[in-house]
Amino acid sequence: MITLLEARGVGKRFGGLTALADVSLTIRQGEVYGLIGPNGAGKTTFFNVLTGAYVPEDGEFVFEGSPLPQGKPHQVVAAGIARTFQNIRLFRELSALENVMCGHHIRTQAGVWGILTQSRQAREEERLTTERAFELLTYVGIERFADTVAKNLSYGDQRRLEIARALATEPRLLALDEPAAGMNATETGRLKSLIEQIRHDGVTVLLIEHDVKLVMGLCDRVAVLDFGKKIAEDVPAVVQQNPAVISAYLGGGKHGH
Amino acid sequence: MNDLVASIPFLGKRHPAVARWGTLALIILAPILAGYFGRTWIRVLDFALLYMLLALGLNLVVGFAGLLDLGYIAFYAVGAYTWAFLASPHFELHWPIWAILPLGAGFAALAGIILGFPVLRLRGDYLAIVTLGFGEIVRIFLNNLNYPVNITNGPQGINGLDPLVLFGWDLSRTLRLGDFQIHSLYLYYYFFLLCVAGAVILIHRLQISRIGRAWAAMRDDELAAKAIGIDTRAMKLLAFSLGATFGGVAGGLFGAFQGFVSPESFSLMESIAVLTMVVFGGMGNIVGVIVGALALTFLPEILRHVAVPLQQTLFGHVILDPEVLRMLLLALAMIFMMLWKPAGLVPAQARYSRPGLLARERP
Repeated sequence: MITLLEARGVGKRFGGLTALADVSLTIRQGEVYGLIGPNGAGKTTFFNVLTGAYVPEDGEFVFEGSPLPQGKPHQVVAAGIARTFQNIRLFRELSALENVMCGHHIRTQAGVWGILTQSRQAREEERLTTERAFELLTYVGIERFADTVAKNLSYGDQRRLEIARALATEPRLLALDEPAAGMNATETGRLKSLIEQIRHDGVTVLLIEHDVKLVMGLCDRVAVLDFGKKIAEDVPAVVQQNPAVISAYLGGGKHGH
Repeated sequence: MNDLVASIPFLGKRHPAVARWGTLALIILAPILAGYFGRTWIRVLDFALLYMLLALGLNLVVGFAGLLDLGYIAFYAVGAYTWAFLASPHFELHWPIWAILPLGAGFAALAGIILGFPVLRLRGDYLAIVTLGFGEIVRIFLNNLNYPVNITNGPQGINGLDPLVLFGWDLSRTLRLGDFQIHSLYLYYYFFLLCVAGAVILIHRLQISRIGRAWAAMRDDELAAKAIGIDTRAMKLLAFSLGATFGGVAGGLFGAFQGFVSPESFSLMESIAVLTMVVFGGMGNIVGVIVGALALTFLPEILRHVAVPLQQTLFGHVILDPEVLRMLLLALAMIFMMLWKPAGLVPAQARYSRPGLLARERP
């Protein structure tokens, strides 16, 4: 198994609060890797540190063999990591198609001069971007809403659009922050098959999720965070039986931190 | 171009052909129509075109990239003073337009970057205050750089700027074609019109490009824009410098047209006037911004021509100065807009939210 992403002793503090402490984990190429834990365990902070929104105090990430730039979100995307947000963050005033086209920005190069003179390269790039955006909308199943302004899409479709936008950056690792939050059983089922399709098409998936059924049915391996520490990492069936995990979720505290 | 035509008010969507050719005819005949009411009105038209250039440039920053800039007029000043330094008796320099306009645009772009760097992290109110300060700093510099070395000639301004000369053809002289005479004001009109048309084409190209989309993304949600790989620092600097470029060109043209520049022309009130044009017309919409600039250049002039004689007949003297009336009108325009047209006269629309356009682009 080839390692895609390695977190090495990542630590992040906010004032006196330790959000992440010495978190190390390894994500292998082609798997769906789950990151779970109770509320406030540091899952989203982990995402933010990984994608360059925050700079960690300790540790580093190694992606495809080279260290990731810290605190430079666009360079992280360029390296091949894309994310979605727990509370959907689309470009609300733009149409669905344009949202996806924005995602392709990092993979295009046309400069001011090329655009002002409509150079052949710039026009060709724009054509490809449009074409690719249509493909991705079809891929996530909302092609018929291409011209709908993002804020007018239904909740489930907004989630799908956000995934399509992330895929437009041509990632090797797709990080999804609670993609099933607020979805009903049918929608969650469709989301599950979409994520399986994405994995099948060669993109590794890192998943933060509360829906235990989804995590257990989808993930190859799972890491559990509690109070910023990794307390378990294994295949779902084993993690489910881990007493420390059960204690963290039930709030026992007897098993000792 | 089709989506520009479609956003022309009243006719754009229902009769695009009528809108297209009607607008074109109106644009070409405008100075002749205005000429019937006297030369002043052609002059007002010329100024309207300069304001359009300014509003189009500011729209790039405020409308496209969502960065509130209250000191935009500073770039207009940079362009105008570049012309004044390089084409007037002040330094005994008389460079050709082809050298000065690009230089003025370049200096303005540089000023845009200089302003852009320190404000990269600011947003909203904070950004507005800093840009406002920047605009005032430039004006105060122009006002005071006459001592110990006289550079700007201080509050007196610089006189006798060279007019526009294109390939030896002086636009400030009446053109004679046999018996037929074309006054200089018409010549300026058509030249400025070409400039505005050029600006519209360039800005529209930017708007529908990856850069325009990146600006729109940044405006809607900066964090999300970063998270999908948009380098927001670079995009903000680009917006500031490109917006400033248009201001610089407009400034140069203004200097040449007016023949005189002084710091007074570049006050905060001018920045606010241009911003009002952008907001009133429709932030982020090229046609809207043009309509806004046209309306808010003409209305105060009409008011001036009506209000001054009216006050004299009624009271025997002028109580309200025309300049005060202009500000009052801008304020009223804003209030009108907030009440009835919150997104401006011609609101911006997401591209590809019109089915026809989408069908054409679909592979």
